[in-house]
Amino acid sequence: MDKRKDSDANPTKNSTTAERKSDRELVVTRTFNGPAQILFDAWTKPELLKRWWMPKSFGVSFLSCETDVRTGGTYRFVFSHPSAAEPMAFVGRYLEVTAPTRLVWTNDEGEEPGSVTTVTFEERAGETLVVVHDLYPSKQALDDAIASGSASWSGDQFEQFDQLDQLLVSLEPNVGKRPA
Amino acid sequence: MVQYREPALDTAFSALSDPIRRGVLEQLGRADASITYLAEKFRMTLTGMKKHVGVLEQAGLVSTEKIGRVRTCRLGLRGLEKEAEWIEGYRKLWAERFDDLDKIVEELNQKEKTHGQKKR
Repeated sequence: MDKRKDSDANPTKNSTTAERKSDRELVVTRTFNGPAQILFDAWTKPELLKRWWMPKSFGVSFLSCETDVRTGGTYRFVFSHPSAAEPMAFVGRYLEVTAPTRLVWTNDEGEEPGSVTTVTFEERAGETLVVVHDLYPSKQALDDAIASGSASWSGDQFEQFDQLDQLLVSLEPNVGKRPA
Repeated sequence: MVQYREPALDTAFSALSDPIRRGVLEQLGRADASITYLAEKFRMTLTGMKKHVGVLEQAGLVSTEKIGRVRTCRLGLRGLEKEAEWIEGYRKLWAERFDDLDKIVEELNQKEKTHGQKKR
């Protein structure tokens, strides 16, 4: 019997790192205790994505989650929040789909070109290193994202977001493109 | 700890490599000052001082603000601090997502194990 059955017990919680790698790049890393295929499934199958993509503390719920996971295919996530009149959608296109190691998509909510997200899944001895890489179209775009988002990060409490649009915009890696 | 991106550090260090610019930082540590004042204080031309302030500004060490005809300089690490804070917020967002993802991975791992055992 595996003693790690209870998912509440999480003694080997791995740490998440985030770094601005260059003028135009943000990189997030995390290791998971499972094979790449499972991670890839969790990033691509709507019924799984819906269960983790939106942190619970945001109080946001999925209205729909559609993923056409193939090169050139599109995705569309629609969310609602109690204090929002209109639902918000995140949309984009998959530029590259290589199961189970690599996934590249665009973030197309705004009017200007958005960032491109590349996720790689590197499996080693049953563990998988996940690297989320966001490439912004320009230094300015990332600077703007940071400038517009910084007021809304209030340290530990995501609940303290007071403006819903800011909250939702910041959920996407592509935080720079606030709707005009 | 959030790591500052290296290019920013390089710029900061090269900005600090000049004794005049270090002097300017020291001066601004005491009080905000106009470029004209700094030029006089360090016995430089206005153009020369503008260049130095430009380098410090580029490195995020000094910020300037033009009010009327006077450009006032002040110590300004704010850019980097803000960025570090934002990245930490961004990291926490992902960490929270990933904690939920952990549970799914765990669950699927279990499923796969059970499935595998049945096959054998």
